[in-house]
Amino acid sequence: MIAVFSIFLLSLLVITAGAVIRASNLFVAVMLMGIFSLLIAVNFFLLDAADVALTEAAVGAGISTVLFLGALSVLDGTEKPRFSGRKTALVSILIAGLAMGYATLYEPSFGDPSAPAHQHLTPWFMQTTAEQVDIPNVITAILGSFRGYDTLGEVFVVLVAGIGVLFLLGNQSGAQPNSARASSESLKHYLIPRMVGRLLIPFIILFGLYVQFHGEYGPGGGFQAGALIAAGMILYTLLEGQDRALAVLTPKFLRVLMASGALLYAGVGVVGLLKGGYFLDYSVLAENPVTAQQIGIITIELGVGMTVTGVLLSIFHAFAARGKQA
Amino acid sequence: MIVLELFHYWVFSVLMLMGFYTVIAKHNYIKKLLGLSLFQSAVFLLFIGIGKVEGGTTPILNTSIGADVFSNPLPQVLILTAIVVGISTSALGLAIVIRIKEAYGSIEEDDIQDEDSSA
Repeated sequence: MIAVFSIFLLSLLVITAGAVIRASNLFVAVMLMGIFSLLIAVNFFLLDAADVALTEAAVGAGISTVLFLGALSVLDGTEKPRFSGRKTALVSILIAGLAMGYATLYEPSFGDPSAPAHQHLTPWFMQTTAEQVDIPNVITAILGSFRGYDTLGEVFVVLVAGIGVLFLLGNQSGAQPNSARASSESLKHYLIPRMVGRLLIPFIILFGLYVQFHGEYGPGGGFQAGALIAAGMILYTLLEGQDRALAVLTPKFLRVLMASGALLYAGVGVVGLLKGGYFLDYSVLAENPVTAQQIGIITIELGVGMTVTGVLLSIFHAFAARGKQA
Repeated sequence: MIVLELFHYWVFSVLMLMGFYTVIAKHNYIKKLLGLSLFQSAVFLLFIGIGKVEGGTTPILNTSIGADVFSNPLPQVLILTAIVVGISTSALGLAIVIRIKEAYGSIEEDDIQDEDSSA
């Protein structure tokens, strides 16, 4: 039954992707991309990846769509029909497709427990998580502790991308707030979205905090929490206008937030060094190495959450401010 | 039942090639970015699919559930961080497209090439 359902969902995914490519109206394409993200999140959930599904639903279906729509408010909404280079592209992907189709025949079959991917690192991770970190969510343990270097790198990539967007689109401090225009752009005069949204925002942010601090026991962690809190604040911006939202969380606060999150993460590593351990080795942080691992993971997850919230909100405000000027 | 065993890989191939086709054949920069997102999502699907173990469940070692078969957590960790990095890089791409629009007045590759060659 689940096999039939997942085949149905995967086919739907391909159809949606085809519609994204064919749609010449870019607004339609972006909205279809949001549907695609939601569908792929359901697929991830069926494949036992609850953490990934949560992230994809918040980031892919939520924030990504908002950012694309924000960019489209500055750009043309339609794609001009052009057909040059189409044949070459079709031939090359056909050749690549045949090669990949041939290669799949030698892949281990889907869900096979004896596939090479499950043989080497994973049993060690499963066992060591129970012994050395002692938190139920293995994903958080690997993300925060065993692969801490990798996650630190990802956080810095997110930070650098945020800085890049701010460089390209400028910050909001120079823009003159125009209250008459700003109020007409928000949903202030639409009673029902405003009332429903106001009811939802506290719960979205509360859920974000729950996901942040409960990530060791259930699906969740800094990346998901950052995306959820940013989504809650974006909803507030849409309802009340950008000026009100920037008064709550000022651009400067957001910039400090995104930098201090990454610094907090790296700082935990440096504290480990000073205490005589390796960089990002948490077991020296407290008397009991298991408790020390948990302290380390909770602290770096907080750093991740701060950076992700700060970067996503800064990017959103940069796009929205650019749309207002144009 | 070779279809069931390999269907995930096929969907991955098709989605990835659709994304790749959009990147190379479409001339609109927003479309190219959407194609890049499709390509990226296909890779996510491949990794998560590889991590699935038959009869397994989400790798959260909660003793009250009583599960003893878990799917592979490692690909999930890799993809979890990749999704957030993916949105950041898409946003950077969108910012560059906005600047291109301001400099050239268009986001179609052909118009921009014409303008560059005539200048």
